[in-house]
Parts: sequence; C-alpha cells; structure tokens
Amino acid sequence: MLEIKDLHASVEDKKILNGINLQVNPGEVHAIMGPNGSGKSTLASVIAGKEDFEIKKGNISLDGEDLEELSPEERAHKGIFLSFQYPVEIPGVSVTNFIKTAINESRKARGLEDMPANQMLKLIREKSELLEIDRKFLSRSLNEGFSGGEKKRNEIFQMAMMEPKLAILDETDSGLDIDALRIVANGVNKLRGKDNAIIVITHYQRLLEYIVPDFVHVLHEGKIVKSGPKELALKLEEKGYDWIKQETVV
Amino acid sequence: MMDLKDKLLSSFLAFENTVDLDHPVHEVRSEAIKNFEIKGFPSKKEEAWKYTSLNNLQKVDFSIFPKRESALEYKDVKKYFIHDIDTYKIVFVDGVYSSYLSETTHDGVDVCLMSSAFSKPMFRQVIDVYFNKVASKDESLTTLNTAFSKEGAYIYIPKNKMPKKPIQILHLATGNEAALMLQPRNLIVAEENAEVQIIERHQSLTENEVFTNSVTEIFAAKDAHVDYYKVQNDADTASLVDNTYISQKNNSVVKVHTFSFGGKLTRNNLNFYQNGERIDSTLKGVTILGEKQHVDHHTLVHHAQPNCESHQDYKGIFGEKSTGVFNGKIIVDKIAQKTNAFQQNNNILLSDKASINTKPQLEIFADDVKCSHGCTIGQLDDDALFYLRSRGIPKKEATALMMYAFANNVLESVRIPELKARINKIIANKLGVRVGFEL
Repeated sequence: MLEIKDLHASVEDKKILNGINLQVNPGEVHAIMGPNGSGKSTLASVIAGKEDFEIKKGNISLDGEDLEELSPEERAHKGIFLSFQYPVEIPGVSVTNFIKTAINESRKARGLEDMPANQMLKLIREKSELLEIDRKFLSRSLNEGFSGGEKKRNEIFQMAMMEPKLAILDETDSGLDIDALRIVANGVNKLRGKDNAIIVITHYQRLLEYIVPDFVHVLHEGKIVKSGPKELALKLEEKGYDWIKQETVV
Repeated sequence: MMDLKDKLLSSFLAFENTVDLDHPVHEVRSEAIKNFEIKGFPSKKEEAWKYTSLNNLQKVDFSIFPKRESALEYKDVKKYFIHDIDTYKIVFVDGVYSSYLSETTHDGVDVCLMSSAFSKPMFRQVIDVYFNKVASKDESLTTLNTAFSKEGAYIYIPKNKMPKKPIQILHLATGNEAALMLQPRNLIVAEENAEVQIIERHQSLTENEVFTNSVTEIFAAKDAHVDYYKVQNDADTASLVDNTYISQKNNSVVKVHTFSFGGKLTRNNLNFYQNGERIDSTLKGVTILGEKQHVDHHTLVHHAQPNCESHQDYKGIFGEKSTGVFNGKIIVDKIAQKTNAFQQNNNILLSDKASINTKPQLEIFADDVKCSHGCTIGQLDDDALFYLRSRGIPKKEATALMMYAFANNVLESVRIPELKARINKIIANKLGVRVGFEL
C-alpha cells in the first residue's frame, strides 16, 4: 500500500530525513518509535503532503502512485489521514460543519454527490458514541479551548468519520489519561481491517499495549535503524534508546 | 474644464431654482454652501484624510443634476434587492425617486421621501426638530451634501411603533450620464420605544463613473431600536463617501453593520453620539477587497453620559493591490463614568501588495471606565490551512472557510436571515467558492 524508498527530506536546507525505507501492506499496523528530534513527525507531515518540507531524494507512493506531486487534499482524497500531534484551533468553524465539509469535499473529488443530511447525522451520532464524545462538543469551534485529550479524541473522531485507507497517528497518546487512551485506542482498533493500514508514531510503549503493532521501527537521525516485532517496543521501554544509538555507532 | 468645487458652487445657484427658498431649510443650505466654499474638498494633508485621496475624483467632469428617471425593469435590478422577503422599498434611479420600483407607506409609520418631507406641512415639525441636527456643520463633504439636500429616504417611526417589515433603500445609477455625482440625504427617526430595520445599498449598473456623497441622520429616542445594514458591493467605477450621524437617547440600541466588498473608493464616516444613559451602540463591519479597491472606515463614538456601552468589531481581508484604513475614535467625557467601550479591528493581508492602516484613537476623560481596543494584521495561518487541506478540503475552499470563520462573529449578529444568506453568497462569489458553509 505505502512504499517509501530512500526518502531524504529537508526543511529550509536542514536535512531531517536521511534515507527512509518503509513498506506498509494492507491490514498491517506499524509503530514508529524514536527519541525527540529523530524525524518522526517530519515523516508523518511529508506523507500527508506538508509543503514546508522538500523531498531531496527518493520517493513515496501509495498503491503504486507517486505522491510527490499531489497536494495535501488530493492525498486525503486517496485515503491518507494524519492525526495531528498538535491539532490547530480554528475559531468560528464548528466540529460538525468542518467534518461535513471535509466529507463532502472528499466525496466531490471522487465524483460522488453530497452525503444526505440524515445519513451524515446518523454517522456523526454513531462515531461520536464510539469515542464517547458529548453532543455539545460537536457544536463547539474546532479545537478552540479543547483540552489536550479532547483534541486527540476529536482527531480520532474525524478519522472514524473519514474511514481512511492509511491512518498516521502522530503522538496521539500524548496528553491522554488512561481512560481517554483506552477510548481512543478502541476507536482506532475498530478501524483496523484487512484493507487498511495504520502507522502509529509514539515516544512511549504505553499506547502499543492497546493498539498492538505488527512491526516496530526505530527512527534515529532521520533513518530507520532497527525494525522488529512488537517485542522490540518492550525492549525500548526497558532499556531506553541509548542502546540503539550505541548499536548504531558500533 | 472647471474643477469640481467650482462646478458645485456655480451649480448651487441653479439648484436654488428647484427648491422652496422660503422654507427654513433653505437657510441651512445657504449656510452649508458657504462652509463648503471656505473648506473645499478634504485633502491628504488633513490627518483624517491621510490615506484616502479624493484628488482623482475632483478631476472628473461629473453631472451634478440627474436627468429624469430612466426606465428600469424590476427584473433587471431584482438581484440588488433582498427579494426573498417582503420589504418596504425606497428606490432612486440616478438620484430621482422611482415610484415604479418603490413601495412606501404612511400606515402608522412614514416610509417615504425627503422631497415630500421638505414640501408637505404635515412633516414640517419633524424636519424642524431633526433635520441637520446631528450632522456636522463644519465637515466639508457633509456640508456639501446639506447644501444640496433635496432627496433621499425619510423614515419616521412614532412612539411604540414598528413597521410591518424591513425597509430597503436602494440607489441605482444607470450610466445615462457619462459621469454622475449623487448626494442623497436620509433622515431616520425612531421615537420612544420604536423599532426599525433598514438595509441600504448603492449600485451602479454600468462602467460609467459615479461619485456618491451621502449623508444619513439617525435619531433613536428613549428605548428605541434601530438596525442599519449597509451593503457596499458596487462596480469598480463607483466611489462612495458615506457620512452617517447617529444620536441616541436613554436605553436606545443602535446597530450599524457595514459590508464592504466592492467599489473603487469607499469612505465611511460613522459617528455615534450618545446623549443619554444606558445606551448601547454597535458598529460592525466586514471588508473583503481585491484589485485596487480602497475602503476607509472612520468611526467615532462619543460617550457623553454615564453607564453606556459601545461595541466595535471590524474585520478586513485585503487581497491583490487593495488598501484599507480603519480609524476608530472613542471619546469618553468626564461625566461619562461606568462607560464600557470595546473596539476590535482584525485584518488579514493576502498579498504583498495589499495594505491596511489601522489606528485606535482613545480620548478618555473619565476615570471609572472600561475601554479596550485591539488591532491585528496578519496572514492566513499556514498550519491551519494545512490542517484543513489534510482533511480533503481543497486550498481555495479551505482559504474561504478560514475567511468565513474570521468574519463570522460579525455576520452572526445580522438579524435578518435572508440578508445574512445574501451576504454569505456575495462573500462566496467574491472568493470563487460554492455556497454552503454554514458555520
């Protein structure tokens, strides 16, 4: 599904990604771990199409189609979804109308009519219940005055609404207490299926107890330096990142 | 060619042949033309006109006297009305009243013409009490309008009354003249506990040059409510100087919304005088400009009595080579204790060549007041744009959505839903997106 080959990316001439290789197949969950500044969030933004980053070398493709020339909205239309580490506050746009606009613009891009209002309402009700989101919350301005946990829950609500092919969760666990973490993980797990894939970017192993990955990759200085099964996450939790760094140096 | 000032001064003699020289109003006109003769047009040397030049307008050979009414069919101008609700309509075509396009009334309230109010004895008392009582007697363009005051909208709402429906004032210019100068004069009086909603629009129908110098006086007596909406979306050869003066008494509420989306040059002088206690004044505006359009908002709120409030909120979005000005003056007299005066002016610049000059001007002589003001100038937030686009909303629509959101707290206080829908549609057209954002 997603194929990343020898990806080098920079922002304002500062090299951040230094030759990433990653293959994600339908049905898989990949965890990307690594210390601060290793390039995890950059990788997520580059896949989603943020224009601040320049791809210097290598390529990213989704189902065989090169993504480099595609705008962020075109990538979204193809089924890529990024759950933001820091969701942006947009005063004046309600959560409901935002998600309606997002869904109908994506439908339009696929040549479909707007989703009928009653169907939209039903979907919103169903997904907000799944994430235990209060109805009042949906009429508030997008992310404005939301707590850290509310923002993350709102991201996963959007993901549940949009049913992406490839979801990238960037530090979705940060700012969540244990109950919220369980709710969010439950929402993510409901989306897991044989046709879609998830990339979980996290600093800690905690989230991976709830969203169990098939593969764990360790990112260090813009490169994947180690990959392994889910047990690798436990080892990282226990030993920290230093042993990887040392191993890399050796 | 004579310059515009000289042309106006010499035209005054001809104008006098068309009005009743024995009416007391004519003394007011004669005083006013003297003032204009001394002052002339404002120049950029004056602080209040630093960023708005009328020089180019003064070089145009404007016709001062409109010709007879031109034949316009309702279907051709329907789009300039809010036509999906029932309203009273006072319509002028090239400055001449069009009875065909209008719907006036004397049923409990008077919704009619200044020319009638000046000539008919039954209106004499109202004219004596209110005409030219709040309009400036030394601001040059206002006195110019006063000198030529003859036609416009006359709206009188007696005590405890409310018209059955909103009132629209529409000024149409047909382009019958190569260049036309218009000077409408409106008088609006809401007596004690009266209520009225008014929508005003100036619209040129061709590319011929139009210069409108308009004066509106609004009086809100005790407990009166006045909602006034100005829709400015004119052709790019039309210029407007709008001078609006509002006098408020105890407990009255007056709200003026100004929507500026078009025209070549627009200057809004909006002046509120609070002559009572517990008064509420609201001034809100949305300005969205492109090309080389220019809009200048000069507001004044004079708090002269204790326990009053004023709320100002102006949002501006400037693209291409457009320019904007916001100058918000608030005066709080020494006796006006417990005043709450708020002022916000937020702007987004979409291009390197667009500009805005914004200036709050506070003169506070009382010590127990709450006054706040803030102005911001920024660009659209790239991170927010990326966030919206990453959810599948295309760049153009995402930009429009952010602009709607930016302007929304001004739009949400529009109390006529059909007008709000129309404003939304104008904004959507202006931004080139489909309608459908309900925020």
